[in-house]
Amino acid sequence: MLIDERLEIETPEGTLLTLSLAGPIPRAMAYGIDLLIRLIIFAIIAFLVGAFGNVGTGMILISLFLLEWFYPTLFEALRNGQTPGKKFMGIAVVHSNGTPLSFNGSLIRNLLRTADAFPLFYLLGFISTLVSPRFQRLGDMAANSVVIHVENAPTAVKPDESTATAPDWPLNRDDQLALLAFQERQAQFSEPRQQELAQLAYPELSPSLALQRLKAVTRYLMEGAR
Amino acid sequence: MKQIQFEHRYRPVWESLEDQLKQLEAIRVNRRKALPLNQFVTDYRQLCHQLALARERGYSLELQQYLNNLVLRAHRQLYRYNPPLADRIGDFLARGFPQAVRRQWRWHMVSALSFVLSIALVWILVQQQPDMVYTVLDENSLTDIEMMYQPGEDGSGDIHEGRGGDDDVMMFGYYIKNNIGIAFRTFAGGLLLGVGAIIVMLFNGSFFGAIAAHLINVGGDQPFFTFVIAHGAPELTAIVLAGGAGLRLGWAIIAPGPYTRLNALRLAAKDSLPTMYGVFALLLLAAFIEAFWSPRDFEPVVKYSVGAACWGLLYLYLLFGGRHGTGKG
Repeated sequence: MLIDERLEIETPEGTLLTLSLAGPIPRAMAYGIDLLIRLIIFAIIAFLVGAFGNVGTGMILISLFLLEWFYPTLFEALRNGQTPGKKFMGIAVVHSNGTPLSFNGSLIRNLLRTADAFPLFYLLGFISTLVSPRFQRLGDMAANSVVIHVENAPTAVKPDESTATAPDWPLNRDDQLALLAFQERQAQFSEPRQQELAQLAYPELSPSLALQRLKAVTRYLMEGAR
Repeated sequence: MKQIQFEHRYRPVWESLEDQLKQLEAIRVNRRKALPLNQFVTDYRQLCHQLALARERGYSLELQQYLNNLVLRAHRQLYRYNPPLADRIGDFLARGFPQAVRRQWRWHMVSALSFVLSIALVWILVQQQPDMVYTVLDENSLTDIEMMYQPGEDGSGDIHEGRGGDDDVMMFGYYIKNNIGIAFRTFAGGLLLGVGAIIVMLFNGSFFGAIAAHLINVGGDQPFFTFVIAHGAPELTAIVLAGGAGLRLGWAIIAPGPYTRLNALRLAAKDSLPTMYGVFALLLLAAFIEAFWSPRDFEPVVKYSVGAACWGLLYLYLLFGGRHGTGKG
């Protein structure tokens, strides 16, 4: 079995949709944020109704119950599979066929949270996410749900005005993707590293010339000849 | 077509789709009729096509990723499904819940047996050997319990004199948090190969048996039984049902039958979820009775008759409710 953080599903429209699965770390952080929010809500409620004696105590106990069991379910079911913590971390729960999480699904995965938290600090759930090929904790397996990344960074292609050269070798699809990926990520590399990488394509040229040539070819791929 | 041209041509569509998605994501599902959405589905179909093209033509990974995420977002909006809740709740209470309970009667029997047998065993032991109660309960909690169910001076079951309405609300909150929490945890505990659910049943049974027998020993049985008889029906039944639903999960992992364990677990969870909705409803009912009826002081005859009616009605409902017609769980 291929170990990958990607899950490919086919939509009814016949498109292959790629879900990128969220691992234990962002999920734990989302959980921490939610815990904090719940604490704050609880503190506010306790402050507001604390003056009402035993009736107030009753309200506090009921709100504790609701916060513990229904905070995640209500948010996941009503807010596109995202609790505030998950939204902050850019992750969301969906069914493993990519459809939005149903109320029942959300209830199952949250009722079974106790089993995932067993014996302490979500140990069982943590092991389960590591073992599962889809990063699912036990509750996710029962509810047939997965947690995915949903952040959406807009693309910005900046055309520049230098020359574009056709590649001087028969280009296959993998080459093309590699060149385009190089173009997108080059801002992350230092100049010498870019030259070093460019020399893999043109070992016979000098480093700076190789880089220039490679950029021209990439531009040709993006925009065509000038 | 080169990537730049492709982007120039279709970017307006993507941007309009993003706008529509923003509106859709901000709005609750039952109010989205208010949005002008005739363009959404067409745009989405086009987008799917464009994603396939971008992959096929080997456009940059960043563009593919962008289109993929846009398709995902639109997909999650298009396939949202929230049917009206009110119809389903009525149908569920009329048919779905008792049907779900009967469908899983084997597991509920195991759960009930482990509960009842542990009650009986500890009860008999404590009645024979009063000191045995200390193996189950410590001295402090026993004193508390004795205080709670002390017979009044006239020998009647007058135990909660002077308890006001606000105490009732507090206890209501306490029963909600405590009992429903226990039921949910019992269900989840069943996932651990059924062990968690069985342990909860055995422990609760032992406590109940020990307390009942001990109070008989010290002569506090009348106040105790008049207190618990009515709410005991939904409460004890709900705990047993939660245990049974949990066992169903555990059994799916131990013996998945013709399915893979993962699929067996999914089916079991789907199958036992209606029971858990019912358990929740029963425990809400129990908390009401326990907080607002059980502490009221009436003649024991009245309390026992009401209690018997609760047990009778509940089991008539569970055994015969929804025999006709097909309810969905």
